[in-house]
Amino acid sequence: MTLQAQVQSGSSAEPEQRFTDGRISARWFPVFMLLPAILFILVILLFPLVYSLYVSFTPYELLKPNSLKFELARALRNYQRLFADAIFWKSVGNTIVFLFLSINLSYVIALGLSQLLARVTRGQGLMRTLLMVPMMFAPILVGFQFRWFFNANVGLVNNLLFSLGLMQERGQIAWLVDEPLGMFSIIVASIWMNLPVLTIILLAGTLSLPVETFEAADVDGASSWQQFRFITFPLLAPFSYIALTILSLDISRAFDIVRIMTDGGPAHRTELIWTYVTRLAIENTKFGLGSAMSWVTVVLAVAFTLYFFRQLVRSRVVR
Amino acid sequence: MSFRAGQRRRNQRFLNALAWFVLVLIALPAFWIVLTAFRPNVEINSWPPVWVPQEITLDAFATMFGLNPDERMRVPVESYMRNSLLAAGISTVVAVSIGTLAGYAFARFRFRFQTAAFLGIMLSRAIPGVALSLPLFILFNQMRLVNNIFGLAAVYIAMNIPFSTWLMDGFFRQIPQDLSEAAYIDGCGYWSAFWRVELPLALPGFATAAIFAFLAAWNEFQIVSVLARSAAARTFPPGLFDFTEQFTFDWRGMAAMSAIMMVPAIIFVILVQRNLVSGMTFGATKG
Repeated sequence: MTLQAQVQSGSSAEPEQRFTDGRISARWFPVFMLLPAILFILVILLFPLVYSLYVSFTPYELLKPNSLKFELARALRNYQRLFADAIFWKSVGNTIVFLFLSINLSYVIALGLSQLLARVTRGQGLMRTLLMVPMMFAPILVGFQFRWFFNANVGLVNNLLFSLGLMQERGQIAWLVDEPLGMFSIIVASIWMNLPVLTIILLAGTLSLPVETFEAADVDGASSWQQFRFITFPLLAPFSYIALTILSLDISRAFDIVRIMTDGGPAHRTELIWTYVTRLAIENTKFGLGSAMSWVTVVLAVAFTLYFFRQLVRSRVVR
Repeated sequence: MSFRAGQRRRNQRFLNALAWFVLVLIALPAFWIVLTAFRPNVEINSWPPVWVPQEITLDAFATMFGLNPDERMRVPVESYMRNSLLAAGISTVVAVSIGTLAGYAFARFRFRFQTAAFLGIMLSRAIPGVALSLPLFILFNQMRLVNNIFGLAAVYIAMNIPFSTWLMDGFFRQIPQDLSEAAYIDGCGYWSAFWRVELPLALPGFATAAIFAFLAAWNEFQIVSVLARSAAARTFPPGLFDFTEQFTFDWRGMAAMSAIMMVPAIIFVILVQRNLVSGMTFGATKG
């Protein structure tokens, strides 16, 4: 595509030109290597995405095939309907609360855990293996596991509370049903899922920091908190942003968890934007409206990833 | 002086104990799931709760594979397993191969709009599966690819390319550039320098990327739950819902299927442990 033209015009002064063996040149080789990747992404990811933008301007419903028709006068109907929909705004609000708490708490806990693990003197190998256990779970399994743990009647949490004498009756606390508790349960599940990757990256970063800096700080009489606050934490910035970039690529995994734990209910209490897309499009077969809504999730995901990626690039330059 | 040393040793012991406590807390839920798959239903649903297992049984697995004559309802596990293996296997081989080519281009060559191309590929990874599943369903419906395992595999290929590219870019950067330059001087072209010199050195990275790709496809739920309408086309993740009905939940059956679903992940996490960290963090320090 355009990339070819760019490469062609831009690389005439490349030093690699010297090593050309006549079969393929330095300007065409990277294009040839990138072509399959770009083709697959264009055809299977970007084309459907653009197509869904088109569908979002039509009143398409799956059971009425003729409704997939674009009319300029009614193009923005789906978006108008969406922005006037109270449940849509509720799901947006829930998503903001969920992402804010889930990402911040995951990061803080992972940071603390990585500092703890970096100071452990015995059994670090086994500890790292234990830390990776949540990585063996598919997001859907994380959801199933916590749905069961938070189940009112047979769940681990209520059983534990009962056996510890903190609860008297069976099914006393309806974790997945009551208003703030449902959101709490989902956030706990997502933190458990996020912890390994965040902690492993922050731990690797901590262990890679130069020892001399800390020795010098020790000589100057800096306390461990000061060492963490003014040396470890700033130097970890690139690792923090790489971890958060990886996390932001997968924020829609929350859908899997919520779909099996509460399915957005009851009464939309735990409805997130991802579950609401499915409800509009798949359950109500309103693909036009669902596509409009799905673009909200795309913009959000891309914005998150771009933000953390730019922070990553910036923190690398400083270093 | 000896007082301070003793204090320090006590602090260290406290730190070690705290770390063990936190990690066991993190890992315990997973062991509980696996344990539950081997317990009788009566124990799981009893009240007051039974904490120490009194009986270990393979009943849940027997039911799942149809060896229990008195159970009428049966989950088609074999079909889920075949579909999961096919979709994950095909997409892994193709996506990681393509990602290796692209990663090599990013790691070894400088071209205009390189950063933009890299960012574009990475951003395509951020598209939520929920958003992708709707247009794919409409298009696949017209092309008669709904319920087709190869259609699903094609989607997984595209979804796995970005992360494979990123990982392989990092692994190729760790190989000293002198090697390829020596190969050029000895008369290698770009392709043979890549194929004969650098690729063999990057094979551990290739394995790591393959593991990530396999697990991503194995665990995927958002796309397959829309594109597989019939039970025969489903993979494990949507199959998990077979154990739920409106008000009843077969917790033990789900735990047993979870245990089966975790097998590749357990093998892979053990295998990949060492390469994992270096692959993911390399980009943090070198651009």
